[in-house]
Amino acid sequence: MKKIKLLLVDDEKGFLDTITKRLEKRDMDVSAVYSGKEALMEIETNKALEVILLDVKMPEMDGIRTLVEIKRKAPLMEVIMLTGHATVETAIDGMKLGAFDYLMKPCDIDVLVGKVKGAALKKREHEEKITEARIKEITERRV
Amino acid sequence: MKSRVFKKGKKVENLSAERNVFYEELSRKIKILILVVSFFPMTLTAGILFYRFNLTYTDKIQAHISELVQRHTQNIDTFLSEKLGNIGYLANQLEHSPQSPKEFLKKNMELLEIEYNDAFTDLGLVNENGLQVAYEGPFKLENADYKEAEWFLHALEKPFYISDVFAGLRGHPHFIIAVKVNLHGIVYILRATINFMRFNSMVENIHIGKTGIAYILNGKGQLQTKADIKINPAIIASHMDEKNTGKNGTIITEQQDAAGNTYLYVISTLKNIDWSVVFRQDKRDAFSDLWKTQFLTVIVFIGGCIAIIFVAFTLPRYIVTLISSAETKSEAMNRQVVESGKLASIGELAAGIAHEINNPVAIMVEEAGWMEDLLEDEALRESENLGEFKRALKQINTQGKRCKEITHKLLSFARKTDSTINDVEVNEAVREMVSLTTNMARYNNVTMETKLEEGLPFIRISPAELQQVMLNLINNAIDAMEKTGGVIKIETKKSKIEKNHIAISIEDNGPGIPKDNLERIFDPFFTTKAVGKGTGLGLSICYGLVRKMGGKIDVASQVGIGTKFRIWIPFQDDLNQTQDKEFHPTII
Repeated sequence: MKKIKLLLVDDEKGFLDTITKRLEKRDMDVSAVYSGKEALMEIETNKALEVILLDVKMPEMDGIRTLVEIKRKAPLMEVIMLTGHATVETAIDGMKLGAFDYLMKPCDIDVLVGKVKGAALKKREHEEKITEARIKEITERRV
Repeated sequence: MKSRVFKKGKKVENLSAERNVFYEELSRKIKILILVVSFFPMTLTAGILFYRFNLTYTDKIQAHISELVQRHTQNIDTFLSEKLGNIGYLANQLEHSPQSPKEFLKKNMELLEIEYNDAFTDLGLVNENGLQVAYEGPFKLENADYKEAEWFLHALEKPFYISDVFAGLRGHPHFIIAVKVNLHGIVYILRATINFMRFNSMVENIHIGKTGIAYILNGKGQLQTKADIKINPAIIASHMDEKNTGKNGTIITEQQDAAGNTYLYVISTLKNIDWSVVFRQDKRDAFSDLWKTQFLTVIVFIGGCIAIIFVAFTLPRYIVTLISSAETKSEAMNRQVVESGKLASIGELAAGIAHEINNPVAIMVEEAGWMEDLLEDEALRESENLGEFKRALKQINTQGKRCKEITHKLLSFARKTDSTINDVEVNEAVREMVSLTTNMARYNNVTMETKLEEGLPFIRISPAELQQVMLNLINNAIDAMEKTGGVIKIETKKSKIEKNHIAISIEDNGPGIPKDNLERIFDPFFTTKAVGKGTGLGLSICYGLVRKMGGKIDVASQVGIGTKFRIWIPFQDDLNQTQDKEFHPTII
C-alpha cells in the first residue's frame, strides 16, 4: 500500500510539529500548514493529497470556512475535523458539509491513524470508481 | 466571627421588623381606604334615599288620608245641603198651602219618612214668639216654648239655620235645620230635627287603618258627634285656624297626648255650617308600612356595614399575606437569578480556561506519545531506564487524559443550550444522548438499555433542550450508581395516560431517593451531592425545560430499589393547546 498523503492544518505549531513526526513515523507522507489560507494554497500545488486533518478553531479563516473552500476546490478530498470539546457542534456541522469524521483533542494516535486510513481508503475507492467509470465510458465510446 | 454572625442576625431581625411595620401600615391604610370608600357613598346614598323615601311616602300617606277625609266631608256636606234643601222646599210649599200647618206637617213628615227613611225625626212650626204652633213627631212638643232657645234666636236672624248639637227639651242630643216662613205676613220658623244617630253613623263610618276615627267639632271646638276616645277638642280647635291646609283644603297636623302617643290629625271644614270633620289616627298605625320599610332598610344598612367592616378587617390581611408571599417568592427568585448569574459567569470563565488549557495539554500528550514512539528505536531500547521512561510517559498520557476529562467537564458545564425549535425525532435524540454517555456509564460500571417504540410522531421542540434534559437525568442516574454500578433503562412510547403525548422514561436501579428529599428534588439549588459536585440546578432546569415544551415530568422512587423519571411531551397540534396548562411535577 502506498503512503497516505496527509495535510495537517492547525495554528498550534507545537501540536502540529509533534503530530507530524508521529504520523510520519507511522509511514505517512505528512505536510503541515498553520492556517486555512495556506491549506487552500497547498491543495492547489499538491494534487496528490488524499486526506486533510483540519482544526476547527483557527484565527482569520476558521475550519468550517476552510472546509467549504476545500470541498469547492477538491470535492473528492477527505477531511477529518479536529476540535476541542466546545466546538463539537461545529465539527458535526462540518460533517454535514462533507467532512469524513471528527476527532477531539487530545486524540489517541491509533484512533487518529485509523480514521486517516479510513478516509484515505474511501477517497481511493471513490477515485477508483470514477476511473473505472471513465474507462468504461471511453471503451463504450470506442466500441 | 461570632460578632459578624450576630450583626447579620440583628440586621435580618431589623429588616423583618421594618417589613412587619410596613405591612401593618399597609394593612391599616387599606382598611381605612375600604371603610372610607365604602361607608361614605353607602351612608350618603342610604341617607338620601331614606330621607327622600320617607318624605315621599309621608306625603303620599297624608295625601291619601286627606283625600278620604275630604270625600267623607263632602258626603256630610251633601247630606246637610240636601236636608236643608228639603226643609227650604217645605217652607216654600207651606207658604202657599191651603192646608192647616198641622196637616201640612203631618203629610210631609210621612213623605219625608218614605223618601229618607229615618233621616228626619220630627217637624215643627214655631211662631216669632218662640211658641211651637204645630208639631209632627214622636215627642209631645206641641206648644213648646223656644223663645229662650239659642237656635231660635239665631234662626230669626237668618233665612235658614243649622244648629249645633244640643239636648234641648227632649233631653237627647240632636240638631235642627230651621228655615224662615212667611204665612200671611207673619214670620214663622219651620224646623226639622235630624236623626242624630244616623248623622253620627255617617261620621263614625270613616275608618282608616286600625286606629283611625272621625268626629265633628263646631266652631268653638265642641264635639258634635259621639267619640269613644278621650280627646281635647281645644287642642284641635287651635289648629283649625292654621294656614297649613293640604291639597284638598284640609289641615294636617300632629299632636301628642299625655301618654306620649303621637296622632295624626286631618281636619276638613264643612261648607254649610261652621263645623269641621276631624280625623285622628295613631301615627304608628298610619305610617306602619313606611316604618316597616324603614326598619328593613336599616337592617339592610346595618348588614351592609357589618359586611364592610368584615371585609375591611379580613381583606387587608389577605392582601398583605399575598403580597408578603409574592415578595418572599420574588426574593427567592432574585437570589436564584443572582446565583444563576454567578454560576453562568463561573461557567464562562471555566470555559475560557478549559479551552486554553486544552491545547497545551494536547501538545503535552502528543509530545509524550512522540517520546514513546522514539523509545521504540533500537538505540534507546537497550537503555537501563527504559521501563522507567515508559512508566513515566504512560503516567503523562494518563494524567493528560485526566486533564482532558476535566476540561471537557468544565466545557460541558458552560455549554449554552440552543433553544431553536425543530421537528425532533425522539428516538434519534435518545440514541444520540445514549451514545454520548455510554463511555461515562461504562466507566462507572453502569450499562444502558433502550426500548424505543418505532414510528413515534415528531415533536416540535428545541432538540438541544431535550438533550439537556436527558443528559441531566442520565448523568444523575450514573452519579447515583457510581459506587454500586447498575442499569439505566430508557424507554420511549406513545403515552396511554396523556393523549397526544410521547412518554420518555429513564429508570435506574440505584439507591433511590428518600421520601423527604423526593418532594424537593425539583427545587432550584437543592442537591444531595457532595459540596462542589452538584449545583442543584439540574432537575430544576429539567422541570423548567419540560414545562417550556408544554410537557410534564414526574418521579417515582423507592429507597433500595431505584428511581424512575417520566417525561410527557405533546406532539403536533396538541403542543399549542397544552403549553398554557399549569403542570406541577408529580412526586410518587
